[in-house]
Amino acid sequence: MSTAVRQQSASGGAAERKPATMGQALNRALADAMAEDPAVHLLGEDIGTLGGVFRVTDGLAERFGPDRCADTPLAEAGILGTAVGMAMYGLRPVVEMQFDAFALPAFEQLVSHVSRMRNRTRGGLPMPLTVRIPYGGGIGGVEHHSDSSEAYYAATPGLHVVTPATVADAYGLLRAAIASDDPVVFLEPKRLYWSKDGWDPEAPEPVPGIGAAVVRRPGRSATLIGYGPSVPVCLEAAEAAREDGAEGWDLEVVDLRSLVPFDEETVAASVRRTGRAVVVHESPGFGGPGGEIAARITERCFHHLEAPVLRVAGFDIPYPPPMLERHHLPGVDRVLDAVARLQWESTWVAPGGDGGGR
Amino acid sequence: MTVLEQLGAHVPVPPPSWRPRTDPAPLLPDATPHRALGVRDAEAGSAGRAGSGDEELLLRLYAAVVHGRRYNEQATALTKQGRLAVYPSSTGQEACQVASGLVLRERDWLFPSYRDTLAAVARGLDPVEVLSLLRGDSHNGYDAREQRVAPLCTPLATQLPHAVGLAHAARLKGDDLAVLALVGDGGTSEGDFHEALNFAAVWQAPVVVLVQNNGFAISVPLSKQTAAPSLAHKAVGYGMPGRLVDGNDALAVHEVLDEALERARSGGGPTLVEAVTYRVEAHTNADDATRYRTADEVETWRAHDPLALLERELRERGLLDEETARRVREEAEQKAAQLRERMHQDVAPDPQELFAHVYSERTPQLREQEAQLRAELAAEGHRTAGEEQR
Repeated sequence: MSTAVRQQSASGGAAERKPATMGQALNRALADAMAEDPAVHLLGEDIGTLGGVFRVTDGLAERFGPDRCADTPLAEAGILGTAVGMAMYGLRPVVEMQFDAFALPAFEQLVSHVSRMRNRTRGGLPMPLTVRIPYGGGIGGVEHHSDSSEAYYAATPGLHVVTPATVADAYGLLRAAIASDDPVVFLEPKRLYWSKDGWDPEAPEPVPGIGAAVVRRPGRSATLIGYGPSVPVCLEAAEAAREDGAEGWDLEVVDLRSLVPFDEETVAASVRRTGRAVVVHESPGFGGPGGEIAARITERCFHHLEAPVLRVAGFDIPYPPPMLERHHLPGVDRVLDAVARLQWESTWVAPGGDGGGR
Repeated sequence: MTVLEQLGAHVPVPPPSWRPRTDPAPLLPDATPHRALGVRDAEAGSAGRAGSGDEELLLRLYAAVVHGRRYNEQATALTKQGRLAVYPSSTGQEACQVASGLVLRERDWLFPSYRDTLAAVARGLDPVEVLSLLRGDSHNGYDAREQRVAPLCTPLATQLPHAVGLAHAARLKGDDLAVLALVGDGGTSEGDFHEALNFAAVWQAPVVVLVQNNGFAISVPLSKQTAAPSLAHKAVGYGMPGRLVDGNDALAVHEVLDEALERARSGGGPTLVEAVTYRVEAHTNADDATRYRTADEVETWRAHDPLALLERELRERGLLDEETARRVREEAEQKAAQLRERMHQDVAPDPQELFAHVYSERTPQLREQEAQLRAELAAEGHRTAGEEQR
């Protein structure tokens, strides 16, 4: 990933810090939250002795005991359903779903109870629980190991949907999610677990809270809007566009960080400056977050727009086998192709480049 | 020597792990449902019949069942008067409902489903608050945490894992309490029933799951729901005891629940109880039960009526005179009249509250939508005022 992310963080003063991975930052966030608040309890499959299949809970069962970091029976609805009861009794459960497609058995609990318990009890029974879900592709995972299900979660009122793209955000946003009195679906980009950045676990840098987007890279020509695993792609595309030089694109990159609540102000302010926008995500385009974001940009920035808001998303297909996933995932070239279609010459160009006038 | 021979695979004994981890025999339910009313001492079984010390309990159960039957009638009438959107009656199941409400201690929790409003009322909750969901003015009309009664749950069996989680949390905190969760025969087919019971047993959570087997899941009879010997037998697969009880015998239900809850409180783990009962009324006021069962079948069950069983026992023991019976009926009429009167008062839920509790703080998008609704309401108010002036 992400020379650009490194640069961005380095400019924030992390230059002398040792590199840490996103996985390590998440582990530290869990440990610090557990040490600070005895109400924080971890539930999941293989999170105890093994430390989780991605090792995010490594060492926590040993340190905090098997009641605080509990290996549960293999049943996701049971995990989330019992977490609801624990939250009703004042605990602050943090649930790990092993892979995103394996979170689907818990979908009913999430939609029918987690998301609406506060509302149906008029605030009497809030749900201060966090559901950690490793999501997205790019790690060569076989079927059902690479889904991006954020559209379902973002379409469910009552849930916050959050996803980090940097090591510092992995720590800061997870701490914020656990501290939140609302249920947070915390989507962890699998392929960034091993991404590194200068980061000091003893003095984690403060980051903006849930609901705030961040401009990762300022630019004037167009805005790339991404989140989670797509942020490094957008940053790389912006670097490539600059280095290309020919078109002279100076691309701004906005990292949403939080799909719900959605930071319209930061996004709209950026697009008003640049006049053009591309939304990038891995989940399928049809019915995906990109459509909602494009609609909101259009509603708020219509008179500033020089071109329709474009989307670069996963194809509308079930997640492909690993040997084909590179064709499915939005990459730098596809992002730059979309930027090239932002009506710089005031004519519509179809995807693939040969459309011309339609 | 091959590897298999080294491991002793030729010796015809199974590996040590093949044996059952738990002896299933003590977990098995009795062959017939436990009964306490109208049973001679010798027949009453291990739990024993009520001794003289239970006279007060018998009278409490009796009064609560009389009140409960009248409550069900009143609630059904309220649907016809347009005051309840829908009402799933528990007529015929009052023994289970009332015993569930009365058996709990103050610190215990109750997890009801939508047919269990009477259990909540028997626990002492305000019936108007309990019926708020079915009236349609809110999703939950009482303070669940204060009352220790979870919101009435509509998606079947999904409240069971909540009950298990809450019981588990209480046990982790070292709090002395037990949790009673209610579900129906249809609900036992749901995945959440399975997952909840499995978690409960693995965690030894202080929870009791009471299955009110009333014979039907709307129209589908138990025979199409399960091939298990009984629903209580399902407990054995999870490694917890299963108890079978006559669900129309309020004293027997109370005894079985009391024993199971006490076992849970003292660290003995969960219990699954199947109460065999019958839904005398249709599924709800919107259902037509004649399409799937005969009047004869209903009549058979009326002969085993929860109220009649209690009344007979009390009279045989000389505990119920005409004066007491009249007084209990009058109390039931008074409660019903109060309920009718209060439910006939119009309520006007505040539309602005739609946005108040979605999150701890409104998102920017919700603030915008709230402002939109406020403007619409203001315009509506102006129009209404204008029409009134004209």
